[in-house]
Amino acid sequence: MLTKRIIACLDVDGGRVVKGVQFLNLRDAGDPAELAAAHSHAGADEIVLLDISATAEKRKTLLDTVRRTARELFIPFTVGGGIRTLDDASAVFDAGADKVSINSAALAEPGLITNIAERFGSQAVIVAIDAKRCNGAGGYEAFARGGRTPTGRDAVAWAREAESRGAGEILLTSMDRDGTGNGFDCTLTRAISDGVRIPVIASGGAGSATHFVEVFQEGHADAALAASILHYGLTELGDLKQELAAAGISVRWPC
Amino acid sequence: MIAIVDYGAGNLTSVKKALDRLGQTAVITADAEQVARAEKVIVPGVGHFAATRTLCSTGLKDAIDAAIGRGAPFLGICLGMQWMFDSSSEAPDVRGLGVFHGESVHFPADVKSPHVGWNQLQLSADSRLLRDMPAECFVYFTHSYRIPVVEQTVATCEYGGIFSAVVERDHLFGVQFHPEKSGPVGIKLLENFCGLSC
Repeated sequence: MLTKRIIACLDVDGGRVVKGVQFLNLRDAGDPAELAAAHSHAGADEIVLLDISATAEKRKTLLDTVRRTARELFIPFTVGGGIRTLDDASAVFDAGADKVSINSAALAEPGLITNIAERFGSQAVIVAIDAKRCNGAGGYEAFARGGRTPTGRDAVAWAREAESRGAGEILLTSMDRDGTGNGFDCTLTRAISDGVRIPVIASGGAGSATHFVEVFQEGHADAALAASILHYGLTELGDLKQELAAAGISVRWPC
Repeated sequence: MIAIVDYGAGNLTSVKKALDRLGQTAVITADAEQVARAEKVIVPGVGHFAATRTLCSTGLKDAIDAAIGRGAPFLGICLGMQWMFDSSSEAPDVRGLGVFHGESVHFPADVKSPHVGWNQLQLSADSRLLRDMPAECFVYFTHSYRIPVVEQTVATCEYGGIFSAVVERDHLFGVQFHPEKSGPVGIKLLENFCGLSC
């Protein structure tokens, strides 16, 4: 049976992982290459590296970071953040990424999804959607530029369009839940997951293993992103996977 | 020397990286003569079946035929495995290598496609490629088309029905998943392939 994936996410700024990290036995807890390898050994099914560098100066180090991280990594590796053109994507693939995640650039120019998919295959294109519950009326709106800019676009409709333009997966972040630790937005996740025919990765709000169980069972997610829950040492990946297995969810464990 | 055949269908550096880790001498090449002389040949690839047209138009298919003809072990990965068969409904006018018989077809409409993620292998026959691998190991797939179970199938996978995950005949091997992305299990499979003699 196809297993539910747990994807470890590294937020990187100027070549350094920026969220707090409490892994033991690491020479350098802020080094993306070392952390990615540690997550992989601990049981992560994939690694996502998000470049959140605010300045062009810091962004220059991205390709070097990707190259170093990819070198010793033998599980799928996605890179996102600041990819605006086919050339940007090509450079990241050349450096060793298996997939790119695009967000604002896809909203601004949806044809970019198709351009990357035609060149590298749909499996290599993840469209990331930052969605926020609309005030009053039901539904969710997609936001651009790291959640700063409302687009007026319905998140489900945008996910469908992304699929039709060639996206291979959707990385869905609930802006309402992100950073709260109160659990994933299962209603949002289910609306998107049931609305498209491609896999959906849920993100935002994880605070416990129970939250992962919920997003797979109630949210119909195909995968879930684990970021701060791992960085702050709240849950070891192996423990998380064992709890998922105990709840009857098919996971890759032991790896 | 192991030739990793470059026909513009991505995913080559990760295969090379995995072979480097195993201490193997591997080159990514689009040079037909180099492929024809190689000790072993790997055709990786992801994407559209039509991309395999390049293999014919550049003389690489003839070079691969020559290498196979003198007994060089051959491994097709993902699209490379599908290309070892006759054809694919993804691009019906493009001919495959035809060393295995059958056609790759799209997943049924009742499951999400592409089939992305870690799924379990069911080993179904003796295999040199899968030697010493756990009976129900997890490997990483990403594909929308699949090969039905055939006589040479040595491992299957279940997703919207059972399909061929690994095929093997003599020195010819095809894997639908990505060993270079399947952690220690995948590295073991590649190690088995590298250990075969011509």
